[in-house]
Amino acid sequence: MINALGEPQSLLLLGGTSDIALAIARRYARPGLRVALAARPSERRSAAATELADLGCEVTEVDLEARDHASHATTVEQAFAGGDIDIAVIAFGLLGDPEQAWHDPDLALELAEVNYTAPVHLGVLLGQRMLAQAHGWIVALSSVAGERVRRSNFVYGSTKAGLDGFFLGLGEALREYGARVLVVRPGFVKSKMTSGLEEVPLAVTPDQVAEAVTDAIKSKRELIWVPGPLRVVMSGLRHVPRPLFRKLPI
Amino acid sequence: MSDEAVPAIKPSLPEEQPMIPQPLVELHGWGRAAGTMSHLAQIDSVADAVSALRKSDSRGVVPRGLGRSYGDAAQNAGGTALDLTKMNRILSLDASGDPATVTVQAGVSLDSLMRALLPFGLWVPVLPGTRQVTVGGAIAADVHGKNHHTQGSFGNHVRALDLLMADGEMRTLTPDGDTSTLFWATVGGMGLTGAILRATVALQPTETAYFTVDTHRAANIDDLMQQMSQGDENYTYSVAWFDAVTRGRHMGRGVLTRGNKAQLAALPTKLRRDPLKFVAPSLGTLPEIFPNRMINKATAKAFSTAWYLKAPKDRVGELQNITQFFHPLDMVAEWNRVYGPNGFLQYQFVVPFEAAEVFRRCLEMIVSSGHLSCLNVLKRFGPGNPSPLSFPMPGWTLTVDLPIEHGLDKLCDALDNEVVGAGGRVYLAKDSRLSAAMFRRMYPRLDDFLEVRREVDPTGIFNSDLARRLELSKPTTGGTT
Repeated sequence: MINALGEPQSLLLLGGTSDIALAIARRYARPGLRVALAARPSERRSAAATELADLGCEVTEVDLEARDHASHATTVEQAFAGGDIDIAVIAFGLLGDPEQAWHDPDLALELAEVNYTAPVHLGVLLGQRMLAQAHGWIVALSSVAGERVRRSNFVYGSTKAGLDGFFLGLGEALREYGARVLVVRPGFVKSKMTSGLEEVPLAVTPDQVAEAVTDAIKSKRELIWVPGPLRVVMSGLRHVPRPLFRKLPI
Repeated sequence: MSDEAVPAIKPSLPEEQPMIPQPLVELHGWGRAAGTMSHLAQIDSVADAVSALRKSDSRGVVPRGLGRSYGDAAQNAGGTALDLTKMNRILSLDASGDPATVTVQAGVSLDSLMRALLPFGLWVPVLPGTRQVTVGGAIAADVHGKNHHTQGSFGNHVRALDLLMADGEMRTLTPDGDTSTLFWATVGGMGLTGAILRATVALQPTETAYFTVDTHRAANIDDLMQQMSQGDENYTYSVAWFDAVTRGRHMGRGVLTRGNKAQLAALPTKLRRDPLKFVAPSLGTLPEIFPNRMINKATAKAFSTAWYLKAPKDRVGELQNITQFFHPLDMVAEWNRVYGPNGFLQYQFVVPFEAAEVFRRCLEMIVSSGHLSCLNVLKRFGPGNPSPLSFPMPGWTLTVDLPIEHGLDKLCDALDNEVVGAGGRVYLAKDSRLSAAMFRRMYPRLDDFLEVRREVDPTGIFNSDLARRLELSKPTTGGTT
């Protein structure tokens, strides 16, 4: 149960080795916190499990293969084996090379499956669990790239646009059953996903995203931008006419 | 246990009705934080309760009374809460017994019980800070009042109770004999051993509904504790309010009020005509208009100073009525709304008398934290009782009401560490945030409770948000950290 001060008792991190997921776990870590780390088996996953266990968490490692849809039900079942999940974070995703992505059908498909199809499939499975337990949060990591899809990374952007819409809708559907969904729209996050890319203004760290997520859950907000001012920027960009939008250096 | 026999439940049960899906409603405690959605089942009879038990799924059921526990004790996300407030009949009164006893359904409030008993010159032995609690809830939380040091907690006065258990059987339990283990696990058991459906409570005689009260101001916490340590035994009731805002020399200044039930002879002639009159004025209901941060530096400081200064320095033998002496907050319905939509939490802990130093340090931590509390209570507890989860133990207890704000988790965690280090604990009826790990350290007899629960409710049909949070809901795996 999430207590009166917004502290959860259990976490499920889908994409448990992502920088943002781990930053969220670190912020919530306290003795006795149950954490299910769902990711591909890897050294990185083991290291994350050890780190969280050292902070007093009770960690279970669960296998997750985003593109193997048939395995999702087992992943979710294993994650809930220890009891209710208070906060489930869908943090996996793939950026891909934006130019290659619209020339290479396999890469485009991979982006669509990892960033959209898999989150939707898992989102429905999680939604059913949350509906039955009548409490808890699903946190979906969207992106401002999906808010107005732009030429420079439209394959990625379109997958995030789809994910964003699905989870906003799921949140509305789950509301009357006591469960909530938080959609997070970060801008540029300095993480392993973006390593090697040129930084842009308003870039944030994974920990800043994590802080925004924990604050949002405390105050029961269901849609946030990180950093906050991006909301204003995006609400402007959303309405820029296409001929002009095309010429913007973004 | 009473003239009216318990209906034979199992044989006479009608065929199960088809399950009508009940809508989910948001339930929360008096602190109005951490609400969740439960199905609320209206229970009008024992048969209703049995039927609700049978229909329950893996999310289970929890009994609920008037919802005055501050946290998540009487809510059950995705499961069922049994609303027992309609089971509110007073079944029989034995006024000539020694002691006099009354047998009631569990949903009777202490308010209606007091109103019914006063004309007979009888008094409910333990009253918490509000009369708006049910007898079932008073037992399940083993509530205490200002007379704990002389009378113990509510469970000490229960002569028998009828418990509807997970298997659908009703059992009468008594504090001594074969059923005593389950009786004492049910006292303070937060509704997790079964649903208390009726109880027989011992009463005390009283000549009047008034109190003779002595009030003393204390300049700081040391003065307050010093004054309290002397002469508490001369008063049935004793409690202090203290200022949790002012720092420095006057930190913990407070007002000590101690009293005894007034004898008829002590009443002025005017009041002697109707000495048992129940005076409970109502100032109305607080509307839902308050923003968060109503309690801020300015209002908290002003309130605390005014409350301190308005108290007489030393006044002896003042006559007060029940509401003045016991339940000033009951004059305002829904007073918890003053904390705004974010809600608040109440932190109440007890530490042994030997740990007075820790007690002082905790107060210092609260005062210097920047978190503001106005309704603060200080009291000395007497001996505890055999219940494994009962809160009171001999020592100093302190209560603060804190609006939910950023950083409160850090303060509460730090206080937990001090309290547990001194062998103390926090009160489950107030709690909405304690971790399972800390809870286990604070209640060393937890395993005794879990053993009883494993026996009477092996699959955990009785369940609640509090039970999940404190890991009381997995009785088959209990006993591990």
